[in-house]
Amino acid sequence: MSVRVGKAAGAPAFPSAARKLVQNSQLRQNLRRATDTIRGKRNKVVQEMPDWQELRDAAHAIKEHTVRHLDFYLERFEANCARAGGHVHWARDADEANAIIVGIFKDHGYSEVIKVKTMTSDETQLNAALLAAGIRPHETDLAEVIVQLGDDEPSHVVCPSLHRNRSEVRQIFLEKMNLSELSEAPEDLAAASRSYLREKFLRIGAGFSGANFAIADTGSVCVVESEGNGRMCLTLPNLLVTMLGVEKLIPSFDDLEVFLQLLPRSATGERMNPYNSIWTGVAPGDGPQEFHVVLLDNNRTGVMADAEARQTLDCIRCGACLNSCPVFRQTGGHAYGSSYSGPIGAILTPQLQSLEHSRSLPYASSLCGACYEVCPVKINIPEILIHLRAKLVEDGYPPLAERAGMKAAAVAFADGERLAAAHKLARLCQWPFEHDGQLENLPGMLGGWTAFRDLPALPRQSFREWWAERQGGRA
Amino acid sequence: MSAAKDEILARIRRAVGSRPPGRAAEYQAIPRRYRQAGSLDRAALLDLFEERLRAYGAGVYRALPADLPATIASAAGARGKSRLLVPAGVPAEWLPETLEFAPVESADYAALDASQGALTACSGAIAATGSILLTHGAAEGRRAVTLVPDYHLCVVRAEQIVETVPEAFRRVHAVDASLLTTIAGPSATADIELTRVQGVHGPRTLDVVIVE
Repeated sequence: MSVRVGKAAGAPAFPSAARKLVQNSQLRQNLRRATDTIRGKRNKVVQEMPDWQELRDAAHAIKEHTVRHLDFYLERFEANCARAGGHVHWARDADEANAIIVGIFKDHGYSEVIKVKTMTSDETQLNAALLAAGIRPHETDLAEVIVQLGDDEPSHVVCPSLHRNRSEVRQIFLEKMNLSELSEAPEDLAAASRSYLREKFLRIGAGFSGANFAIADTGSVCVVESEGNGRMCLTLPNLLVTMLGVEKLIPSFDDLEVFLQLLPRSATGERMNPYNSIWTGVAPGDGPQEFHVVLLDNNRTGVMADAEARQTLDCIRCGACLNSCPVFRQTGGHAYGSSYSGPIGAILTPQLQSLEHSRSLPYASSLCGACYEVCPVKINIPEILIHLRAKLVEDGYPPLAERAGMKAAAVAFADGERLAAAHKLARLCQWPFEHDGQLENLPGMLGGWTAFRDLPALPRQSFREWWAERQGGRA
Repeated sequence: MSAAKDEILARIRRAVGSRPPGRAAEYQAIPRRYRQAGSLDRAALLDLFEERLRAYGAGVYRALPADLPATIASAAGARGKSRLLVPAGVPAEWLPETLEFAPVESADYAALDASQGALTACSGAIAATGSILLTHGAAEGRRAVTLVPDYHLCVVRAEQIVETVPEAFRRVHAVDASLLTTIAGPSATADIELTRVQGVHGPRTLDVVIVE
């Protein structure tokens, strides 16, 4: 099995990627504006739900149950989907999934495909595989169109073009859609996307999608969207291929009533997204007459094997943790170097790669806990971040100097006299860096702190010394 | 069975380890303490549905059964429509004589695209979310009918409206939800600066007539 998560394996470590991105003030302004808007909307529509916490509890329990019995539910889905005329394929890794999908389109002689947004296909790098086989994929979600035409990488699981503002989008559209005139009003940009894609929707006979949910007891698939591009791709072509990670299963149709209340409010701050499509195999006389589902592992089963981190797979990709994360809100998604960014990306990306790549990501968090609070399925992301850090330390991840420093600190803090000696030593050594009671420009790794934050100098007298003196004076 | 399927299932079984029997009982025991049904009276329910639809930018009309054709005529007229596509299952007594109607069954994609819009019934509606549910039977048309045309005029009978998502989904599931589309307002996007823009690929205009 060769697991690939987008381009994560070759991505630079988070701190160096982030350092460059935070210097881009346009990017930070775009991010701040977009995430502020969406957080405000989300909070408003979540607050009007009297049973939000009960819905979260139910969603968490359903997902935990499903993962624990995933073998059963996958086979049940396969049987029910096949009974309704669907073809179900299993793919161990990204290459296997891409080969199956490319094979289906090639067998039918298609050279173009219309695509619904799916981060899973970014994970497997499907577009590159299609292009290599001479098949042209057309992204149809507005944000994905912006990313594809801008020759860019997605930066957010819900809105992959979050890092772009309206005037940047206008520039891309003017250039790539061969338009002579276009305003930067979002209405006009959306209208440009409509006329650019309409001809493709009506003409191209092959569609590709991801899925939000696959329902075991009916064999149905559910796609949640807003623009209608999803419905176009799911309905108009004669051939439809859908790829989904094995964790997208839910046991029963009845479980949709939980997730379809949580997802839109968390993702876009809407009471309900404009469109949900649920279909079951092939419907005679309505929509694609040939339907394939590809069930993708790509080491989700490896993530399952770690009982403490298994809940990572409960994620329904709403993006609320990204929008609320103080780190993501500064750096944006590209710093994470993966299809999956923000807090959920910081735990999912390294785990999918068996902690062999993206090892800096579990450290890309202040552990403030905002992600856990907004998560509609109650994934305890801070706990998993700490768990992964521990595993990385056991695996010898942090640099030698940091580990040596931590060891020295452990020795010093373990004994009062040793700590007093360490304090004395530090007081002797700090004077070249002291300025108005603050330490500045500390050398080596400590400089990482003082470059951006205040660090008070050690006082002339420690508490222990003051206490000893006071006691001595009395005696 | 494919080698990939064998391997994936084996990896899952290895990962989760031994499980006590009683999967079905474990599923039944999942806590579902969220609201299973609404509490509004009929008048408040209809008001809420109307308010939520309007929040999405949909047009909303109310009609008594006898006034339905006239209401359909004025809704379509207000949008400048003179000819609509209509599925065969829509009752003939809904249709005003002042408008032209063409059957959707014979319309191909080009005809749908060139049309002024479509008039359909629905299978249910949710007040709390302003949603309309289509299961694509004879009065709702195949999925493309309410997607490709730029205008959708949907008739919702008052007794089809429930307050909450669980009520609506259970109702349609009890009949047939093998094909289900839920619609909440006209198509929209928030992909540019997460600011909502109405009208992308699906119908850019949605009108709803509530029949009491």
